[in-house]
Amino acid sequence: MRPGDRIFKNLSTGAGIFVVALIALIGIFLLVQAIPALGANEVNFFTSRIWETGDPSHLRFGILDLLLVTIYTSLVALVIAMPISLGIALFLTQYAPKRLARPFAYIVDLLAAVPSIIFGLWGILVLAPKLTPISGWLNHALGFIPVFGTGNVFPNYAGTIFTAGVVLAVMLLPIITSLSREVFERTPTAQIEGALALGATRWEVIRTTVLPFGKAGYVGASMLGLGRALGETIALAVILYIPRGRTFDWSVFDGGATFASQIAANYAEFNNPRSAGAYIASGLVLFILTFAVNFAARSIIGERKAD
Amino acid sequence: MTTTLSETERLASPPAFQQVSARRKAKNMLATVLVWLSFLIAVAPLVWVLYTVIANGIKRIPYTNWWSQDFGSVLSDEVGGGVLHAIIGTLQQGLMCAIISVPLGLLVAIYLVEYGRNSRLAKITTFMVDILSGVPSIVAALFIYALWITTLGLPRSGFAVSLALVLLMIPVVVRSAEEMLRIVPDDLREASYALGVPKWKTIMKIVLPTALSGIISGIMMALARVMGETAPLLVLVGYSAYVNWDLFNNNQASLPLLMNTERATNSMEPGSVGFDRIWGAALTLVLIIAIINLLATVVSRLVAPKKK
Repeated sequence: MRPGDRIFKNLSTGAGIFVVALIALIGIFLLVQAIPALGANEVNFFTSRIWETGDPSHLRFGILDLLLVTIYTSLVALVIAMPISLGIALFLTQYAPKRLARPFAYIVDLLAAVPSIIFGLWGILVLAPKLTPISGWLNHALGFIPVFGTGNVFPNYAGTIFTAGVVLAVMLLPIITSLSREVFERTPTAQIEGALALGATRWEVIRTTVLPFGKAGYVGASMLGLGRALGETIALAVILYIPRGRTFDWSVFDGGATFASQIAANYAEFNNPRSAGAYIASGLVLFILTFAVNFAARSIIGERKAD
Repeated sequence: MTTTLSETERLASPPAFQQVSARRKAKNMLATVLVWLSFLIAVAPLVWVLYTVIANGIKRIPYTNWWSQDFGSVLSDEVGGGVLHAIIGTLQQGLMCAIISVPLGLLVAIYLVEYGRNSRLAKITTFMVDILSGVPSIVAALFIYALWITTLGLPRSGFAVSLALVLLMIPVVVRSAEEMLRIVPDDLREASYALGVPKWKTIMKIVLPTALSGIISGIMMALARVMGETAPLLVLVGYSAYVNWDLFNNNQASLPLLMNTERATNSMEPGSVGFDRIWGAALTLVLIIAIINLLATVVSRLVAPKKK
């Protein structure tokens, strides 16, 4: 091998190894920084709902509330985004005129280019006032179901999980749509034509060929969306109202904080390494959570591709 | 009845022995309506967000001082001043991030396509790049905080932000560059080897230039993306209302950070100074992102391989 070749090969291989090492480094650095704070913690890290880190000599922090709000908000967003994304993906692959499918797909992708702080500000300043009548009605009519029960913020206050979920759903649309679209596009033409030949309507064609073929891809895409939702930071920090002293209680009209929004909202406490350690510990849990979800999603999608 | 057959029904009509039942027809109709509706539901917020940004942001940005001054000399509730300090910060941090992540990302892509091919390490690398693209920006920020500020004891600065953005930009660069390198025909490589050109020169002089237009547009998109990131800014740098050219020391503003600071400190009553500043900054950011995307298209057209 010539020297130039050897150098170039080693450089590029080294870059590959560096990326692999990065993931490990992230985990290790977060863990090392979190340990002192975890050691000084006066309550149980996993089961406590308290988060008091202002006084570094008396650290009391637990992630239960953060974990529940993070997952709940993401699930609310997914429940809204999944059917709509499915609809868009079907629209783009099966319904839109061929000539328009590409520009339409581009329009949906544009949603992904809007910075999340703009979504957050739009969500709380513009969308939320329009949503309050809807949430008021839901609370009034369906309040006997705990999900729509009165939450821990004022009923007409906008910074609820409901508002956050709607905004987050909008942010997830392009991710879930683009992957699902890719999978649906690959439905074998023979199957579609077969179904048509048997006299199926367009919807029956979709139900019998496109959906079964694309199911795994759609599920994988939705999980990727979930991973994204779990880690969304600034939009949720802008929208979610953190009520004093009252915890999350399974209502969509609750306020609260997710892992990411809690860290973003309290960056001022990073001036003390102990307090910072508490936030880093919660960041580590978030990292593990998103790692697991992304891992699962990629496995599902990868399996599909291997066929 | 036969005069209003839809496209599918016409396709299906010759072998259909019986009329499509009303029930099936209704279901088909319902599905069509729902699918169209969901597309419209997705377009509505996009139009609404853009309208909000433009309609509210347009008030401040036609003035020259918006582009040539900072907020240092005006009170927080005083009309006037501009976002020059934030534009400088956004561009500097984005550019520094690109300087680090573009060569790194390109090398990884070259490894995956040219050297790794289907080796074990290449598979692990691809997987880790995917995982890296799922790492939340706040986690990237915490990692850089733990590495740069706590462990190395260096100051919070625009550069620390750039480092966190690198983590977010690398996977996007790798993904797009990899895709572009893969579609370069093998014939080109083989022709070059046959002439006795070493592999690394083949990659540098033949493969990369062929894929360059696609790679550039991928890089620009990634850059536009990280410039709108906010989470790392909160943890890794403080806001300053003054112009600060020094990427390595002291507080530095950027457009997303400015928006977040105004939100936290100023009244958000429509028409108030804070409200106008936020949407003005948002429109400025959207304009910068649009310009970068436009540049990407133009540049990639210019360097695209000429067709006969």
